[in-house]
Amino acid sequence: MNGRNLPLAATLAVFVAAYAVCAARFPAFIGTRVPADLVTDNAFLGVIAVGMAFVVISGGIDLSVGAVMGFSSVLISLAVSRWGVPPMAAFLLAVGLGTGFGAAIGAAIHGLRAPAFIVTLTAMFLARGAGFLLTTEAVPIDHPFFRTVQDLAIRLPGGGRLGAVSLVMAAAFLAGGVLLHATRFGNSVFAIGGDRRSAELMGVPVGRTTVLVYAISGGCAALAGVVISIYTRAGNPLTGVGVELDAIAAVVIGGALLSGGVGTMLGALVGVLIQGLILTYIDFDGSLSSWWSKIATGALLFAFIGLQKLIVQLPRLSPRMAGA
Amino acid sequence: MTDLLGWRSRLPRGGPQLAALALALAANAVVSPDFFHLLLRDGRLFGSPVDILNRGAPTVLLGVGMALVIATRGIDLSVGSVMAIAGAVAAAGVAHGLPWGVSIALALGAGVACGLWNGLLVAIMGIQPIVATLVLMVAGRGVAQLITSGRILTFDEPHLLWIGGGAIAGLPVAVVVALAAAALVLLMVRRTALALFIEAVGVNPQASRLAGVPSRAVLVYVYLVSGLLAATAGVLAAADIRAADANNAGLWLELDAILAVVLGGGSLYGGRFSLGLTVVGALTLQTLKTCILRAGFPPEFNLIAMAGVVAVVLVIQSPAVGALGGRLVPRLREVRL
Repeated sequence: MNGRNLPLAATLAVFVAAYAVCAARFPAFIGTRVPADLVTDNAFLGVIAVGMAFVVISGGIDLSVGAVMGFSSVLISLAVSRWGVPPMAAFLLAVGLGTGFGAAIGAAIHGLRAPAFIVTLTAMFLARGAGFLLTTEAVPIDHPFFRTVQDLAIRLPGGGRLGAVSLVMAAAFLAGGVLLHATRFGNSVFAIGGDRRSAELMGVPVGRTTVLVYAISGGCAALAGVVISIYTRAGNPLTGVGVELDAIAAVVIGGALLSGGVGTMLGALVGVLIQGLILTYIDFDGSLSSWWSKIATGALLFAFIGLQKLIVQLPRLSPRMAGA
Repeated sequence: MTDLLGWRSRLPRGGPQLAALALALAANAVVSPDFFHLLLRDGRLFGSPVDILNRGAPTVLLGVGMALVIATRGIDLSVGSVMAIAGAVAAAGVAHGLPWGVSIALALGAGVACGLWNGLLVAIMGIQPIVATLVLMVAGRGVAQLITSGRILTFDEPHLLWIGGGAIAGLPVAVVVALAAAALVLLMVRRTALALFIEAVGVNPQASRLAGVPSRAVLVYVYLVSGLLAATAGVLAAADIRAADANNAGLWLELDAILAVVLGGGSLYGGRFSLGLTVVGALTLQTLKTCILRAGFPPEFNLIAMAGVVAVVLVIQSPAVGALGGRLVPRLREVRL
């Protein structure tokens, strides 16, 4: 066990322990039904977390993801139900726009040497405003394609249903994991997150990597909009308010260091599942207000940041070397 | 901070900011010719300029707090949520039969507690301000929802209603409160060495600590002031609509506050701030919003317009652009000693 794996191990332990607690209180947690729903219900967050993992590990932050997801869901619903665009074309358009928007954010951050949070905060307002300009209310989608996709599911023994959106999330995590941990680009992301200046001096293409990282994040956020539009069969400009924190929390709970250079895709996945577990527990309990989930997420985030501070301050366990 | 290039000394300080405000006012006068028409009725002034002051009061309060935080190279994203919490506490207080003074004190106390929490996370635990305050930004609305039990709490306590609709010396109470608070903070930081400490921490936290500046105390102090001012704004906003709305109180006002600071000539990179010009910036912003509405654009357009203004200011402030423009473009960033 070395220092940089400790947060991931802690995350896995927390997940297993929390699941055991849930299963002890509500026997329904045992079996495939609840786990399958857990994945399907949180697929949009999972897809966003894939992009956020790249951003956080590169030492940045992206506050625009929730707004981009909301905009993308509105765009898809309007395109399909009002403008008569075929669903697949609408999806491609949304993801393309999201990716381009993210690339522009990355270019602004790198080109202007501007703080990532201000640029992405501006982008958040821009995307949210654009969504509101398209429509100020929820737009239902009544295209047969969406019903078909919603009915697509892998049936597990024991009654569990893995919806199509959970497969999108799985594909995103798989692709993200390979890109982050097994390519030169992934190494560059870790390098600029660990120490931007050294990376630059070593010849890492900092500009290109920054643009790509935010483009991936924007694309993932738009893909999450696709997922949510399939999942809810509607587009709503208010979708995804506050999802930024959920995604950042998922990545951090999964063991990524907010100052960059450390993190894993597997951790981000577990972080998403832990948050989904909190929501499911609140649902099962029935007497707790759903707002407790926000507070619990905040508390968990706080606890993991504290854990990381502790690890970083332990001598000889420098997490900077995690890029390998 | 002294000005080594000398270009600023040729311009009156605050000139660009006042010019921007004048421009925004002129645009309004063009859009609606009776813009400057003021009316005195029942000891209270009525008219568009008074409306702008009244609507802009929360932004002025948030902006002043944000100016101090940004000057330490920080950011406080939680101000909108703190407004919601304070409004919820005040409304719940009077709803439970507490005297209005106690309710307001509790609301302001909640703001101080939020500020203290942010300050401790940033100063003691060393968490980046953006993340530390993001925790409260989202969790805070949850807390406000819990206080109001997820409902919009209305109230008809006469003193709170007076804060929302009354007047002092002809001006709405909110305006007087906001300007008095801004003046108080201005006196507090500029009449003491605090402003110098704040700027020193923003320029170089390590060096200022070595030079004997109590950096951590300064950091906690700025977040505390920001929380207190946000709570004040929350009480004003709740009194204005006679209800606490945990979902919408102070929503999106974080960017307004940041923008007010930036328009007021504060550097996003820390180390320089002006409270007076931040107030001017906040009022310019409100004037601009009024203009957008009066020109017939939907209110949703505000978000995009403001994002556009931030983008322009970001480009102007960028060190990369500053280096590119060289001496031709007056650099907005000060030369750091």
